[in-house]
Amino acid sequence: MRDVSPTADVLSISAEGLSFKELNDKLRATNATEIVINNAAGQRYIAAGAEGRRLTINGTPGNALAAYMDGAEIIVNGNAQDAVGDTMNDGRVIVHGSAGDALGYGMRGGLICVKGCSGYRTGIHMKQYQDKSPVIVIGESCGSFLGEYMAGGTIVVLGIGLRGQAPVGNFTGTGMHGGEIYIRSDEEPKNLPAQVSIDTASNLDDIRGHVRAFAQLFGCDADELLSGNFFVLRPNAKNPYHSLYTQYLR
Amino acid sequence: MGVYDFFPEYEVVRNDTTCVNCRVCERQCANGVHSYHPEITPARLLADSTQCVDCQRCVLLCPTKSLKIVQSNNTYKLNNNWTKKEINEIITQASTGGVLLSSMGNPEPYPIYFDKITINASQVTNPSIDPLREPMETRVYLGSKPEKLTRGPDGKLQSNLGPHLALAMPMLFSAMSYGSISYNAHESLARASEELGIFYNTGEGGLHENFYRYGKNTIVQVASGRFGVHKDYLYAGAAIEIKMGQGAKPGIGGHLPGKKIVDDISRTRMTPEGSDAISPAPHHDIYSIEDLSQLVYSLKETTAYTKPVIVKIAAVHNVAAIASGIARSGADIIALDGFRGGTGAAPTRIRDNVGIPIELALAAVDTRLRQEGIRERVGIIAGGGIRSSADIVKAVALGADAVYLGTAALLALGCHLCRACQTGKCNWGIATQEPDLVKRLNPNVGYKRLVNLMRAWQHEIMEIMGGMGINSIESLKGNRLMLRGVGLNETELGVLGLKHAGE
Repeated sequence: MRDVSPTADVLSISAEGLSFKELNDKLRATNATEIVINNAAGQRYIAAGAEGRRLTINGTPGNALAAYMDGAEIIVNGNAQDAVGDTMNDGRVIVHGSAGDALGYGMRGGLICVKGCSGYRTGIHMKQYQDKSPVIVIGESCGSFLGEYMAGGTIVVLGIGLRGQAPVGNFTGTGMHGGEIYIRSDEEPKNLPAQVSIDTASNLDDIRGHVRAFAQLFGCDADELLSGNFFVLRPNAKNPYHSLYTQYLR
Repeated sequence: MGVYDFFPEYEVVRNDTTCVNCRVCERQCANGVHSYHPEITPARLLADSTQCVDCQRCVLLCPTKSLKIVQSNNTYKLNNNWTKKEINEIITQASTGGVLLSSMGNPEPYPIYFDKITINASQVTNPSIDPLREPMETRVYLGSKPEKLTRGPDGKLQSNLGPHLALAMPMLFSAMSYGSISYNAHESLARASEELGIFYNTGEGGLHENFYRYGKNTIVQVASGRFGVHKDYLYAGAAIEIKMGQGAKPGIGGHLPGKKIVDDISRTRMTPEGSDAISPAPHHDIYSIEDLSQLVYSLKETTAYTKPVIVKIAAVHNVAAIASGIARSGADIIALDGFRGGTGAAPTRIRDNVGIPIELALAAVDTRLRQEGIRERVGIIAGGGIRSSADIVKAVALGADAVYLGTAALLALGCHLCRACQTGKCNWGIATQEPDLVKRLNPNVGYKRLVNLMRAWQHEIMEIMGGMGINSIESLKGNRLMLRGVGLNETELGVLGLKHAGE
């Protein structure tokens, strides 16, 4: 991720009345590295493939925010919709609100932090590769199918405000074959599939930094968050389906 | 030789009087069929037919032509219901408890409509054209055509044409991933595409770093697992294909076993070594045409509207309605894949029982899009069962802009359709990642063979077009009056939009 110069001039764009294409054409046309979008009202594909800039979005960006993003920083002062960070390769997305379904689909690198909740299929197909390992931190809770087909990276769900109730829906980690999901909760998630093993996390070294970063972003007490009980979900076997097939030479 | 479940369907026959015990067959067979036995007298080579996949490698490399592989005449008691196939499948599954896994296209005896369609030729009134003497255009532009012309205030035409693929001939090599086929096979396809002015397709396996230089002849694929997909990859190709389905296994996804995710494959797919690469059939972010549209536009936005987007679907029952939705989703090109299309691995029952023939699907889609007045919004690529230049001409006349060729390209590279790709031990160096096997396919030879085949087919297409008095492939597109059905019933003729021969 390229650093954004703190002294760069800020370009301010009002999204009011603009279609997604008009708004994104403006973003493509500028070399500005520090951009504020005001009055975002559901425009899709903002920051698709973006790199080397910081966008602050006031309002509600539409679906597929930061798709294929490759090293930009996005700050959403509001809620985000579906498919945030689809196939994101690098960068940071910080949502000061909640986000919709399929957040971080196929994400390969970078960080997504959501202060509130995220919808179904958070982190589906997330994968790691060589030195790249994506991270998603959700403050409150996630819908069902969290980490479906997950092949790498780290998901942390903090369950803030849930008083120890499991902050995830059903079928967490269905088809999971890599990576780790940390869930701060006093009770085990419901309806876990056979491909997933669950343990009480004995140490939090892998996520301590992420939780502290989250706490700093959203003004929470990191020590209090880290003092809770965490479960860790991992794939039961690296290759969950290897015995399914038989060779048939016809 | 151990205990086996059933007598091999193909037997290796060696002529011991001409065999010189050179042991080439033993070295060439990755399945361990041939073995040399100095302990028997006279010392000689023996063959274990139970391991033979009938790839013909040993047969063709035997210097004294002492080997052949024959269909076994060992038989169960004949039964038209319980055939040898059905019985052997049950025995295999009772032994292993596994889902039967096969490869390449559906081999079952369904009707082949291409063989029941004939092509017209001019006589007397509309003279035929000699392609050796007259210009003949096989160039095709694939993409969305504007529905109307617009003029600026100065009265001049405004260009509102989106990005297109320009093909020197109406053929592309279909999606075959690095992983399912070898590095040398990919290099052969890439170099042939560059020389021919056509395109090959990465499949969902990423684009090897060495092949970015062939980007202008490359279609990059995005599927549900997003393997190898990143911004540079999307920009590297001439077009982006969203894979929704595959003719060989509609409704089934991809699953490259962890043991095949080695080194280079892992780097190119951007997935960890040794870990399965699972790409399920459903895109879990796509449940509607609107959702598909979102993926189409997220790719267009990411590449600043510089690349046409292809949506590939398997030919299934409601294909015409689905294609109509795709044409309205913002996609520039629809790729239809018939149930004869190949695969590196598919559950046998799916391959052999799911999907419909490409001829019917293509005709139904073209008809539907014309009826709805949206045919020009999209280009159509038809694949999955195209075997010759005559099939290509028929496909174009049924409504395709161009065709995808997969199996034909592999055959040009040395494949003998033994349908054992899923074992990863391809003796021809195509569907394997074992270095000793991969090097058997020399890309310097492979790409030339692909060029030979495509050039020959291009000329045959010109000959057939000339015979019809047509000098541009664009004039043949959807020109079904140039075709007639032979021995087809009224429903079949209706779906194909053809008259019967003699009408």
